[in-house]
Amino acid sequence: MTTTRLTGTRIREKRLDLGLRQAAVAELVGISPSYLNLIEHNRRRIGGKLLSDLARALGVDKAFLADGADRDLLDQLRAAASLIGDKAEIARAEDLATRFPGWAGLITLQARRLAVMDERVRALTDRMAHDPFLATALHDVISAVTAIRSTAAILVSQEQIDADWQRRFHENIHADSLRLGKSSEALVAYLDAPDDASQSPETPMGQVDAFLAQNNYHLPALEDQTATPAKIVAQSGLTGAAAALLAGICQQYADDARKLPMDSFADASTQCDYDPARLAAHFGVDFATILRRLPCLPQGQGHPPMGLAVCDASGALLYFKPAPGFAMPLTGGACPLWPLFGALSRPSQPLRVEAALPGHAARHLLCYAIAVPAAVHHFDVPPVLRSYMLVLPDMTEGSSAPVPVGVSCRICPRPDCTSRREPAIVGLATAL
Amino acid sequence: MGKRVLLIEDEPNIIEAIGFILSRDGWTIHTHQDGQTAMAKVLALPPDMIILDVMLPGRSGFDILRELRSNDVTKGIPVMMLTARGQEKDRELALRLGATHFMTKPFSNSEVRDYVRVMMGP
Repeated sequence: MTTTRLTGTRIREKRLDLGLRQAAVAELVGISPSYLNLIEHNRRRIGGKLLSDLARALGVDKAFLADGADRDLLDQLRAAASLIGDKAEIARAEDLATRFPGWAGLITLQARRLAVMDERVRALTDRMAHDPFLATALHDVISAVTAIRSTAAILVSQEQIDADWQRRFHENIHADSLRLGKSSEALVAYLDAPDDASQSPETPMGQVDAFLAQNNYHLPALEDQTATPAKIVAQSGLTGAAAALLAGICQQYADDARKLPMDSFADASTQCDYDPARLAAHFGVDFATILRRLPCLPQGQGHPPMGLAVCDASGALLYFKPAPGFAMPLTGGACPLWPLFGALSRPSQPLRVEAALPGHAARHLLCYAIAVPAAVHHFDVPPVLRSYMLVLPDMTEGSSAPVPVGVSCRICPRPDCTSRREPAIVGLATAL
Repeated sequence: MGKRVLLIEDEPNIIEAIGFILSRDGWTIHTHQDGQTAMAKVLALPPDMIILDVMLPGRSGFDILRELRSNDVTKGIPVMMLTARGQEKDRELALRLGATHFMTKPFSNSEVRDYVRVMMGP
């Protein structure tokens, strides 16, 4: 097993976590403290027996020291840990991910499922509280029940009621029972409706995201114009708000594909080293079109992974394509330091930013962003802004002054961040 | 002539039932079904007690209650709110706005009758 450059850093972190002196560990594995110091500062590459001895001395798996844990898995584990506040041993997340990657994967999968279910519960709660049809239907039912109960109680009371009133109350009960029947039928029909996506517990954004993810964010039928956006939407099975959202995305995709046919665009992307400014100049199109088009490059053909986020002027995400190390909460609460949001304050100005995620092995991501008016419809009306951010995880240049970003405040350990909106979960800062 | 109870409610059969049981108790019942003009009706009477539905055509019962409590003529009139929505936040809002009592539909006749007796006194 050959060690990587960061093995020494992991050895040092683990030793410090355990509170062990360098000299003590060096003695345990039979080397000098100065040699261990060189190893810990990644100035000596180690492997074989010495690596095994150090792993044993530090009580960790050899693979953990050699390879570390998958950063995405770690991020997801820490996000999952935030569900129970400070009760999870976040400091040992890397141990867990390295020793038991299967179990760690299960934890993150379940956390994601929980997040989806939470979103469904929120959507259903909103629906119960704000759906005007439901509110009216329930009001009708309760009003009819109230009238029937009150009237029936009068009729069964022991008090003497004259014949005219009795007849009137019987008629009222009859009329209210008919009304109750109709209201109940309408309510049941509404709640049972199986084919209206607007009633789906999943949010429209979630449904569209699931559809695009299934297709790897690449739609060949729109690339070669063998299908219209409307046909793609029809084939997706989505309806209601989700269908409308997908229709807008597909229309934009088709327009971009017509402007930049995939074969020539793929060739030019490789030649231009995936630089959006060079590609925009090469094709004579605007910067935003290039940012949207690059993540459509098909996977498995040697192109680097690319993520894309699109938001409106409020920061609400309209589109999200993940990439290794690039994650954002779909339902709001993202780190405000992403250039996606910064671009909104400088419309039409392209940004090129190297962003750094938190943590010891802080991953850098190259981000290109621009905010542009989506359309101009009227005079003297504020423009409808759309902000686009392309993320290239593997194209960074190792900037010494990257912009610090995170996923969201709750799982971000940066203690002095002036943009912090809410506290991080306790103990995370020491874990990273 | 008994003390006057104004019932502001848009459901005619509920009006008839409540009106019947309170009339038998000796109160003089006035009714009104529209939220928009309810305040004018109150000022024209004014009643000794108001039973006020929350969901009314034209204007919500909460809005009417707010105006009742800001008017010198009506601010002291006991108001019992009726609502089909028994959520705690509605109850809290009603009481914060100055409702004397809050009753959730469907209610029992005796609840209504007993509370009116308490409020109107002997």
